[in-house]
Amino acid sequence: MTPAVASTGVEAPPTRGGAATSGRIGDSPIRPDGTPKVQGRFAFASDLEADGMLWGRALRSPHPYARIRSVDVGPALAIAGVSCVLTADDVPGAPTYGLMSPDQPVFARGVVRYTGEPVAAVAADHPDTARRALAAVVVDYEPLDPLVDPARAAEAPPIHADGNVIRHIRIEHGDPAAAGDVVVEGTYEVGMQDQAFLGPESGLAVPDGEGGVDLWVATQWLHEDRDQVAACLGLPHEQVRLHLGGVGGAFGGREDLSMQVHACLLALRTGRPVKMSYLRDESFVGHVHRHPARMRYRHHANAAGDLVKVEAEVLLDGGAYGSSSSAVVSNAARFACGPYRVPNALIDATVVRTNNPPCGAMRGFGAVQVCFGHESQMDKLATRLGMDPVELRLRNALATGDVLPTGQRVTGAAPVAECIRAAVAHPLPPMPGDGWLDHPGGAGRTAERARVRRGVGVAAGLKNVMYSEGFEDDSEARVRLSEGVASVTCAVAEVGQGFVTIASQIARTVLGCDAVVEPAGTVGIDSAGSSSASRQTWMSGGAVLKAARAVADQVRSAVAERLGLAPESLTLTDDGRIVAAAVGGAAGALDMTVADAAGDRDFEATAVHRHRRTYPLDERGQGDADVSFVFAAHRAVVDVDTDLGLVRVVQVTTGQDVGRMLHPTQVIGQIEGGIAQGVGLAVMEEIVVEDGLVRNPGFTDYLIPTVADTPEVLATCIEEPEPEAPFGAKGAGEPPTISSTAAVAAAIRAATGVDVTRVPVRPWDLI
Amino acid sequence: MGGDVTGTTPPATPVRDTDADAVYRLTVNGTAHTVEGTRPTDSLLHVLRDRLGLPGAKNACEQGECGSCSVLVDGVLVCACLELAEAAVGCEITTVEGLTPAGAEPGDAALTGAVLTDVQQAMIEAGGVQCGFCTPGFVVAIHDLLDRVPDPGPLEVREALAGNLCRCTGYGRILAAIEQVVTVRGNGR
Amino acid sequence: MTVLAPTRLDDAVAALAADPSLTVLAGGTDLMVAVNYGQYRPAGVLSLRRVPELHDWHVDGDGSAAHVVLGAATSYTTLLDPALAALLPALAQASRTVGSPQIRNTGTVGGNLGTASPAGDTLPVLVALDATVELASASGRRSMPVSEFVTGPKQTALALGELVTAVRVPVAHGPQEFLKIGVRNAMVIAVANCALVLDLGRRHLACALGAVGPVPMRDRDAERWTAAHLDWGHRPRLEPALVDEFGRRMAAASRPIDDHRATAAYRRHAVEVLARRALARAWAAT
Repeated sequence: MTPAVASTGVEAPPTRGGAATSGRIGDSPIRPDGTPKVQGRFAFASDLEADGMLWGRALRSPHPYARIRSVDVGPALAIAGVSCVLTADDVPGAPTYGLMSPDQPVFARGVVRYTGEPVAAVAADHPDTARRALAAVVVDYEPLDPLVDPARAAEAPPIHADGNVIRHIRIEHGDPAAAGDVVVEGTYEVGMQDQAFLGPESGLAVPDGEGGVDLWVATQWLHEDRDQVAACLGLPHEQVRLHLGGVGGAFGGREDLSMQVHACLLALRTGRPVKMSYLRDESFVGHVHRHPARMRYRHHANAAGDLVKVEAEVLLDGGAYGSSSSAVVSNAARFACGPYRVPNALIDATVVRTNNPPCGAMRGFGAVQVCFGHESQMDKLATRLGMDPVELRLRNALATGDVLPTGQRVTGAAPVAECIRAAVAHPLPPMPGDGWLDHPGGAGRTAERARVRRGVGVAAGLKNVMYSEGFEDDSEARVRLSEGVASVTCAVAEVGQGFVTIASQIARTVLGCDAVVEPAGTVGIDSAGSSSASRQTWMSGGAVLKAARAVADQVRSAVAERLGLAPESLTLTDDGRIVAAAVGGAAGALDMTVADAAGDRDFEATAVHRHRRTYPLDERGQGDADVSFVFAAHRAVVDVDTDLGLVRVVQVTTGQDVGRMLHPTQVIGQIEGGIAQGVGLAVMEEIVVEDGLVRNPGFTDYLIPTVADTPEVLATCIEEPEPEAPFGAKGAGEPPTISSTAAVAAAIRAATGVDVTRVPVRPWDLI
Repeated sequence: MGGDVTGTTPPATPVRDTDADAVYRLTVNGTAHTVEGTRPTDSLLHVLRDRLGLPGAKNACEQGECGSCSVLVDGVLVCACLELAEAAVGCEITTVEGLTPAGAEPGDAALTGAVLTDVQQAMIEAGGVQCGFCTPGFVVAIHDLLDRVPDPGPLEVREALAGNLCRCTGYGRILAAIEQVVTVRGNGR
Repeated sequence: MTVLAPTRLDDAVAALAADPSLTVLAGGTDLMVAVNYGQYRPAGVLSLRRVPELHDWHVDGDGSAAHVVLGAATSYTTLLDPALAALLPALAQASRTVGSPQIRNTGTVGGNLGTASPAGDTLPVLVALDATVELASASGRRSMPVSEFVTGPKQTALALGELVTAVRVPVAHGPQEFLKIGVRNAMVIAVANCALVLDLGRRHLACALGAVGPVPMRDRDAERWTAAHLDWGHRPRLEPALVDEFGRRMAAASRPIDDHRATAAYRRHAVEVLARRALARAWAAT
């Protein structure tokens, strides 16, 4: 049964990428799903429905830590319109799941470890019936004293059999006794940010009547979800088929399972399709958040301003379950020193388990937090040395050939100095005009111009692209050429970033014809890996490129055979044509698109892209853990009302290391979007947790920037091709979030003279 | 609201199931629809999406905080999630699906939905669409703004669209799309 | 659940009298959030959308006795209309800060009063202006000052079966200021707000603060003291000491709390700054 969106005349999801795209690599063609999106016809996972569908909803713990003495679902089952109620007893397969370690229960059994942990789920005829049913379930909780201070977690009694220390990493680089003429110290904090994607967690599970299930879902990694879901359902992979429902943004918040297992269990139990779509308050507790961090740093330098040593202690609060915490803390450790030459370093990074909301992947993945630390320190050092903060950074900037604190040598492009210079080269904005919206406080009319100060700040950061420490990383794609159109099949989760656009551009570039992207799913194609870690352009773009080239080779061989020539006598050009100076036997030269040359025949190739091997860090934090690194710098200009502490972010400029722009407009889109999220973390975004309870699970009080809050953004994209990357392109999604927050914080310091040590900065921090 | 993460809320008053059969007519995009089988407390957003086959208005928050459900009711920009559906009887409701390209008659079935308005075209050309979840709301709000104010200044645009959240684009390409529309419309006058 | 949509105010009042359990629906920007999240299930709804007199406004009286009578369902967008904004500038300033255009098109002054949030943006303006609410029920009509109508956080003096029909607001007789602090430039609940009005004819000053106590608050002593020290005749520049003292007195009168939006200490500091700036700006406009 194929689900359809509500009415006739609307495309059934998941749609083919949409109209075939024109435009080759380097152009900025319209995205193939753009037309249905602007018309409201694009089917997001929350738009799906099927005949006979039931609505599912999860019952969640009101306590951050409690024993479950009993669960009585009888009263819920008695309500008319309720089809079933499930608990931990109803999970046929693995009772737990998890991205890195399966430590998280499908339904809590015996104990709940965070406010919002699922305890049961119901399927009913209407979302309202489902809500009433959950209210009728009787759960007898015995509240326990929650562990909410991460600083106490390591010593506290374990709240999980796996212990309270999820991972500890130590990096020892160079001479531990090294010291500088000048030492600056600081303690810094980053609050808990949320991905706040607009499309709520949603999916539709449809049982196939033979014990298996099809699940349409908004996710970041179809095959990983499939593997985890199948394990929990106790079913073989062939019986669990995932299809991408349209995704309304992700930013890391959909890497972990949310409603997938629940919906499938309900569907299999009732024999009917089951839709689950979270309301916003449930969304805020239904996915992981960015790890809050506490960091202590000591930077040593000589009097001339060369960094001698960096020492850092980093503590991340992972919340109740592991998620991807062990990878996040590794990132925090590996990038704790920033994009600089640091001859000696001692980094101690730990992520702990608490009864706070679980934390995991969010765009920037550990590098964001430490960037606020190391960039705050660089400014402190510059002040102490009497040096310009930009000069200090340029003096120490990493370059190709330098060695990182993990002992890994940077062999690819590393235009750190260029990024910094480019960011500061943009003209500063003019002083504000006369309108209220030109001033801090906006239409609130609070500003008194004489009391507003402008400040400028600079920051730089780095991160890995692709997975690290030997984590398996590959992507498969298939390209089929038929009747003059190339179709691309790849399981990439299109979450808005525009992979569907560049996939078509790649196929078009290689084959010279219109290209379409097939719906993404787990059937008939292997994993593309997650849409995260800024990896899809490289890995899945690389797979599409490989498959398209294989098809072009096949076509060349076929043409050669037809003409009685050796294939090598025909040339495949960079713009999708087959050419030959003279083809002997046939009149004249050959010059046609690969697609035209294919004629009536169909061609198809499947390819897997892998990168070179990466290695885990050893006990001293040493190892070639990464394939490639990406760099960016930001400059921020803020105006601050010094009496009220209200901040207006006026302008953010950037120089970003992009390798190569496959779609310039989409790269700019990533930059502007990422900077907005960085600004949000700097001045307004924080999940407020008190005693394990989220105080602001809604857009009323979890504030993300509106268009009235975002600054002017000016971007310079530095194209120094990355040698190992397909097309030389690096992922562009994460760098904009990494040092933008630190730049805004630095600008606020400059404007106010206040030693800002925590983000998000609050008005009362500044007065 | 806020803070009730259990997924349950015991009803404040008992629900009278006999009221599940409210029947009324709503005029949407020029067409009168008979609405039946809804819950009486359903918002216009729910009725559009779940009863009338018009999923363009989106359910990002259902609190009036994001604008993803923006529609026009009697020509006025509102959040569909905050409109009680049955209280919109007698109003002219316009959704993204019903926006009419310039030069077409409202409700012209051949054109409505099949051809893009200039705002829609500019949004995709300028890169104003990433995940697309906020997009229908923005399209409706931008049409509303430019119909009322043909040549808005930059700060006026920002204030007019502050009720539409976007998490993907950072708004830059959306503002560029609006500039494009204003320029082209201006040249055409 | 019935949805009644009367077209005359008398019918609306009668319907409410016949069934006081009806939930009154004007803009619905507070009500529908609770409904959408299952926190409130009305047994019946009385929609005011079709009652023209509730959406209209007119001026009553003239000169120093002129009042604007706002129908209870007057939207924030209507309050921004230039003709109305000229008569009630601080109310227009406050309306501009509420929510978003979508919210402003829908939300109403009667709803702001009925919800009676401590942070409601029109409330300090109405309290500073000594506005009155007009109420109707089957028992007849009555009116009371807004300051008596709002009795506590989200509590009003509205009786069962009673409807807010209008708000009477004196026309401006001097400069007015409304200032609001939020952490974001739009769609934000006030951390603190302040309305200050000068009556040049009567040489009065009124200043009401919001979000720093259970209800919008004034300090009549501070107002009288300040008014007594203002040179209403010559209107020279204000002495900084006077402005500072006014701010201090307003801050001292406030009763802010800590919550997830802001600290009490910040709010107290903020209203001192807002009061100073409001006074200085209003006086400079004289």
